[in-house]
Amino acid sequence: MERFDVVIIGSGPGGYVAAIRAGQLGLKTAIVEKDKELGGTCLNIGCIPSKALLTSSDHFVFVKKEAEKHGIKVDNVTVDLPKMQQRKEKVVKTLTGGVRALMKTNKVTTFEGLGTITAPGKVSMKLSNGETQEIETKNIIIATGSVPIDLPFAKFDGDRIVSSTEALSFTEPPKKFLVIGAGAIGLELGSVWNRLGSEVTMLEFLPRIAVGFDLELSNLLQRLLTAQGMTFHLETKVSAVKIENGRVTATATKGDQEMKFEADKVLVSVGRKPFSEGLGAEKVGVAFDEKKRIKIDKNFRTNVEGIYAIGDVIAGPMLAHKAEDEGIACVEIIAGKAGHVNYDVIPGIIYTNPELAGVGLTEEQAKEQGLDVRIGKFPFRANGRALANEDADGMVKFIADAKTDRILGAHILQHTASELIAEAASVMEFGGSSEDLGRTTHSHPTLSEAVKEAAMNVEKRALHIVNR
Amino acid sequence: MAIEVKIPAVGESITSGVVSTWHKKSGDFVHEGDPLFTLETDKVSTEIVAEKAGVLETKVPEGQEVKIGQLVAIIDDSKSASEEKPPAAPKEKKEAEAKKKPAEERREKEEENPLSPAVRRIVEEEHLEPSAISGTGKAGRLTKGDVAAAAAAASRGSVGEVVTPKNFRADSFPRTAAPSEETKPSPDGRVTRKKISPLRRKIAAQLVLAQQTAAILTTFNECDMTAVQALRADAQDGFVKKHGVKLGFMSFFIKAAVEALKAVPPVNARIEDEDFIQNNFYDIGIAVSTERGLVVPVLRDADKKSFAELERDIAGFATRAREGKLKLEELQGGTFTITNGGVFGSLFATPILNPPQSGILGMHKIMPRPVAVNGKVEVRPMMYLALSYDHRAIDGKESVTFLVKVKECIEDPTKLPLDF
Repeated sequence: MERFDVVIIGSGPGGYVAAIRAGQLGLKTAIVEKDKELGGTCLNIGCIPSKALLTSSDHFVFVKKEAEKHGIKVDNVTVDLPKMQQRKEKVVKTLTGGVRALMKTNKVTTFEGLGTITAPGKVSMKLSNGETQEIETKNIIIATGSVPIDLPFAKFDGDRIVSSTEALSFTEPPKKFLVIGAGAIGLELGSVWNRLGSEVTMLEFLPRIAVGFDLELSNLLQRLLTAQGMTFHLETKVSAVKIENGRVTATATKGDQEMKFEADKVLVSVGRKPFSEGLGAEKVGVAFDEKKRIKIDKNFRTNVEGIYAIGDVIAGPMLAHKAEDEGIACVEIIAGKAGHVNYDVIPGIIYTNPELAGVGLTEEQAKEQGLDVRIGKFPFRANGRALANEDADGMVKFIADAKTDRILGAHILQHTASELIAEAASVMEFGGSSEDLGRTTHSHPTLSEAVKEAAMNVEKRALHIVNR
Repeated sequence: MAIEVKIPAVGESITSGVVSTWHKKSGDFVHEGDPLFTLETDKVSTEIVAEKAGVLETKVPEGQEVKIGQLVAIIDDSKSASEEKPPAAPKEKKEAEAKKKPAEERREKEEENPLSPAVRRIVEEEHLEPSAISGTGKAGRLTKGDVAAAAAAASRGSVGEVVTPKNFRADSFPRTAAPSEETKPSPDGRVTRKKISPLRRKIAAQLVLAQQTAAILTTFNECDMTAVQALRADAQDGFVKKHGVKLGFMSFFIKAAVEALKAVPPVNARIEDEDFIQNNFYDIGIAVSTERGLVVPVLRDADKKSFAELERDIAGFATRAREGKLKLEELQGGTFTITNGGVFGSLFATPILNPPQSGILGMHKIMPRPVAVNGKVEVRPMMYLALSYDHRAIDGKESVTFLVKVKECIEDPTKLPLDF
């Protein structure tokens, strides 16, 4: 029987990154993946394909509506959806192939099959050819990720009531597209199909969209998405979803008012749940919390010796980059090094247009915690590059400690917010202050100048706006 | 092996001080017991000596404020006196290092520990030494909050801030002088500016504290020194022979003060917040002027000491105060103070309280003056006496009674326990 130092179950961004790091550290490493391709949800049916479609559809909108503003005339703009989907597949394939190559170069053994823990130190795999293989290992890392949650009255059927997986692969835009849940996934996929011609209606139980993000920027995003043609119904509780004659009818209540929504397809994007069952973890005594997440200590150790867990299957935001950094830290800890993840500085992003990005505390969270904070803001309409780009929607917002000026949170709404937020995260990771960022030279003309100006506005010395 | 030189604990209320002078330079070879630097605190200056022989590497500049326990130097005892070399550096760097000019070294130091923009600004504006501040950022880096707090701590107790007994602590120095700040003449030479030493600043703060918290007033009297002078002249030779110290006037006044304190206990008391605290022991502070400023060493249990013991203690205090060798515990906890402005020729003055004490006796110059004795004018050696007191603790009647008691004891020393 083959014996490993580390066996990782699941090859998503948490698992495969952990495998690379383990390989780098000279550990004899194996990764077990139930699917044919490596990369997990993120690469195959999550982050990457959704970004491919978001970018393609964004280009379409640009050509159709924005190009004209630049003096570019394009007539008869149409979408070739199969080709758009093929490009998406190609991107996914390139990346999953890349992961496979990375496993090889880092001397990680790859097993295809559903891995289950039969005993501490033992992982059994049901291979695709039907055979069962067992391997021994000193350490097991559970990195099995998460799966979409459906609703008791709206079970996924893969056709009319769909999860994000199917919503990434429609062969034609649904004429009427209903989205239940206005979080990151709902907003992104709602955007894709809205841009490609669907009539999109978003139903959200909470009184706001994008929960977890800064409220002011979320509200601004909602207004901009509404202007793009999406319809929002907040504080709307869906109570039934029925399929009649191939059409979906959702019944919902808003206050005491009952509403009915008809659609061709409905996306249920109300969250994800840990993929923690059926792995044998419970059989060997691994403890779970009330949300079926695997319980770990601060070193990613479960209560069973030699079994670790990272990523969506444990507590914390279900984000690929969080899983990656946990994977690295977990392996480093196994190798006797000092692995660490700073949970205070994990950015989150919604890739709509404009993108909504945030890291650290929101203004509301800071106030709930009773912190004495100062706020700095800067709108992109006062930024030269944003105007030159004809991309002046959105703003930057900083939350800084009133006494120490330490940046506690940064929030950006902008077409490229996902890239701009990294700067704030870096400064925050080093315990930096708004003044530190404000006194760092930024190239001109760039969108990043707006980040600097917002930081300067914390101390009311931004240059291109009236400081308030 | 490298031996760390840290700031030792020099007294209970002392949490920080200033490295006022390095007696050895980085790279110097030091022998065990060699003085390394002078540590100036708000109470006393102390010389810190090398515990082991080796090559010294200093970690803080002169004038740097340091905390108790802070690392200020390293002694590398792996090197012997024969191979005195520049401060330890990785081998491959050594040659290049030796050629480096000081400016380059400083530059390199900053490159090794870069400061963030906001930290750099505050450090420059507030004249802070970054290496003396502990960082809470990633890998111990300084954050803006760290240096802002250090700047606030450094300026606490400076002019303009009301110092109340509650927040007044020995560690609340005004800002420390930056290493380069020496005496600076103005361009026209009409004024000269220099940084005030921590000791002087502490004195200043104590004085302001006394003025702001106590209800100070002064009562006066005078005493005829004829009897004491006669007694002293009479006993002097035998006293010196027997005890090896001269019999001075101070011991008489200490004994007289103790008698007066026994007679009027509130003068030996103090006010603390809403409490009146009566001291039932007699630890008498004696103000001693030194080049660095005034220090007040304390004679413990003065009531139990003989004249000879008092004189020996006073002589020892005077010598060690001038040499800067007083120990901190010798300066702490007095219940009453005696100051003698007479040694400088003062005829008449109002002393200021040494908080939290409630009374201070001022002695003055002995002047032959005509006074009425038994209805006749006689020229007698006279001394004016002053008692400044905290009216919150002591009533007018008590203060006057105290001073009259001192006067009576001096004019008739047989009232004192003469034990020489």
